[in-house]
Amino acid sequence: MSPLLDVRGLRVDYPVRTGAFARRGLTIRAVDGVDLRIEPGETLGLVGESGCGKSTLGNAVLGIVRPTGGTVVFEGTDLAGLDANGLRRARRHMQMIFQDPYASLNPRMRVGESVGEPLLVRSLLRGSALRARVGSLLDLVGLDVSHMDRYPHEFSGGQRQRIGIARALALEPKLVVCDEPVSALDVSVRSQILNLLVDLQRRLGMAYLFISHDLSVVRHVSDRVAVMYLGRIVERAARDTLFARPLHPYTEALMSAIPLPDPRRQRSRPPIVLRGELPRPTEAPAGCPFHTRCPLVADVCRRVAPRLDEKAPGQFVSCHLRP
Amino acid sequence: MAGDPILAVERLDVAIGAARVVDGVTFALASGEILALVGESGCGKSMTALAIMGLLPPVARAVSGRVVLDGANLLALSEAEMRGVRGARVSIVFQEPTSSLDPVMTVGDQLIEALRAHRPLRRDEARRQALAMLEAVGIAEPIRRLAQYPFELSGGMCQRVMIATALACKPAVLLADEPTTALDVTIQAQILGLIKDIRAETGAAVLLITHDMGVVADAADRVLVMYAGRIVEAAPVEALFAAPRHPYTWLLLRSLPRLDGDPKARLSVIEGVVPRAGAGLAGCRFAPRCPLATARCHEVEPELAPVGESRTVACWHSDQVGRAS
Repeated sequence: MSPLLDVRGLRVDYPVRTGAFARRGLTIRAVDGVDLRIEPGETLGLVGESGCGKSTLGNAVLGIVRPTGGTVVFEGTDLAGLDANGLRRARRHMQMIFQDPYASLNPRMRVGESVGEPLLVRSLLRGSALRARVGSLLDLVGLDVSHMDRYPHEFSGGQRQRIGIARALALEPKLVVCDEPVSALDVSVRSQILNLLVDLQRRLGMAYLFISHDLSVVRHVSDRVAVMYLGRIVERAARDTLFARPLHPYTEALMSAIPLPDPRRQRSRPPIVLRGELPRPTEAPAGCPFHTRCPLVADVCRRVAPRLDEKAPGQFVSCHLRP
Repeated sequence: MAGDPILAVERLDVAIGAARVVDGVTFALASGEILALVGESGCGKSMTALAIMGLLPPVARAVSGRVVLDGANLLALSEAEMRGVRGARVSIVFQEPTSSLDPVMTVGDQLIEALRAHRPLRRDEARRQALAMLEAVGIAEPIRRLAQYPFELSGGMCQRVMIATALACKPAVLLADEPTTALDVTIQAQILGLIKDIRAETGAAVLLITHDMGVVADAADRVLVMYAGRIVEAAPVEALFAAPRHPYTWLLLRSLPRLDGDPKARLSVIEGVVPRAGAGLAGCRFAPRCPLATARCHEVEPELAPVGESRTVACWHSDQVGRAS
């Protein structure tokens, strides 16, 4: 089976627009040589802390930001080679669910108009057929068909996220990029939305690129997981492999930093508290990007950037110290 | 670990217009204790903290109840008297460290101002103490940081500065309102470690306000669970997680995706939505979402009542919680 999405050597540079560097044409490398594949119907979890480049990677996959280098191949077609029309056609099959359902819906549009807009814009449906389709989409995400004529402000956060999901599904995409889809929601509502995303995938068979800072959420929904740090993937493996035996010291530290909701277990875990903070992107370290905070750091790490190599069957790790 | 009660909140009611956003909240905080106040957005946990500090926004007011610290009811103090208490006896750290610090003052000046607000210190002595405070909260290169502005620091470092400022005058009580929510998890672990160290070293009492059950499990000695303006359950941390007695606590814990759970299992769900603050429901506020609710729950509000040793719960059916699935 050929992959649905095949990303190779992807790089995204942003110009620095503010501060002392603005005039010197300096750029920040937000995504630095990322390779990843997504098979039809699977979920790849992409996890990392703020500023690691995970959202930029998601945006580059959808063609929302233009890559500086590398290729994004979707269903065998290199997106970089497409003109505006071709890109528009390809995007029909790639949709996005955003973190903030408050900000991603037009407050002046009725819910039905928002959900049906992608169909209307592409002249796929209109009139009563469109209304019927919007009704079935709302039903699909657990909303009432009568909600169609209401405005976003009349809904709670979880309901708004359902509306965002219905809109993303309107064109029956093959890939949905979910960018922190439950981070803005109340704890008691998160599980509703996570279950919904899992159920919809089972019914409709689309693939997810599921972006989150929260390893426990990623673990719950993903088939495979990639861990990102300062623009690079530092570890990638099947979900159960990665969580049973993380090999990159950053993956280990990230897991250790998430407190378990169980006081006995949590207090008996050996803590791995990372020193210091994420380096500023303008001061990206030479060698391994993680060496400034790594508890295992050796001399070679400061000089040579490690490659993402297969250190165990199906487990790719970018670390000099893990043979 | 915990010592004498230092702060007592008694039947505190806070209203915004006609809406009662904090309703009859009662608890005591002992010196050396970390007490978690856990709940979802809009449940009234932050309003409780602001009422204790005398910092409620203009639209809200504490309509009744008492907040007793050092034998005085803080709610009855004048603003001038409250200024003598704030920072000196009770301090607060907020979620957004970057917006809680003054952007046009250096870190050093903010710390020095906090110190000299309550003590007759010479400026050079205050500066020496400010430096020691930055070191105490684990800030590297403290001399350089003193001369920097908040925008030059990372979020984690700003939160350390906020904590240093809050602790400058060695208050008896520290209120920490979602102190790690805006931070990355690796930085969160550092800040939670710092809060635990501070408690151990200074014996300060900490009210840790959070929505994150993992943070509670990591740091708290005792827990108050808040829902729609009311405390629905209070228990020592291990007892709460081992056997929650309120259906809300129970369902909330079961709905969390967790690193130590079965990733293939379907998550439990709490149906419905969090009610708006002061929605004026009769009966138990959780009843519309509660699988155990009976007619009585919709009509008569349960009071917090003791169940077993050193814990209380506000539920008519607490003996059934955790039995059905």
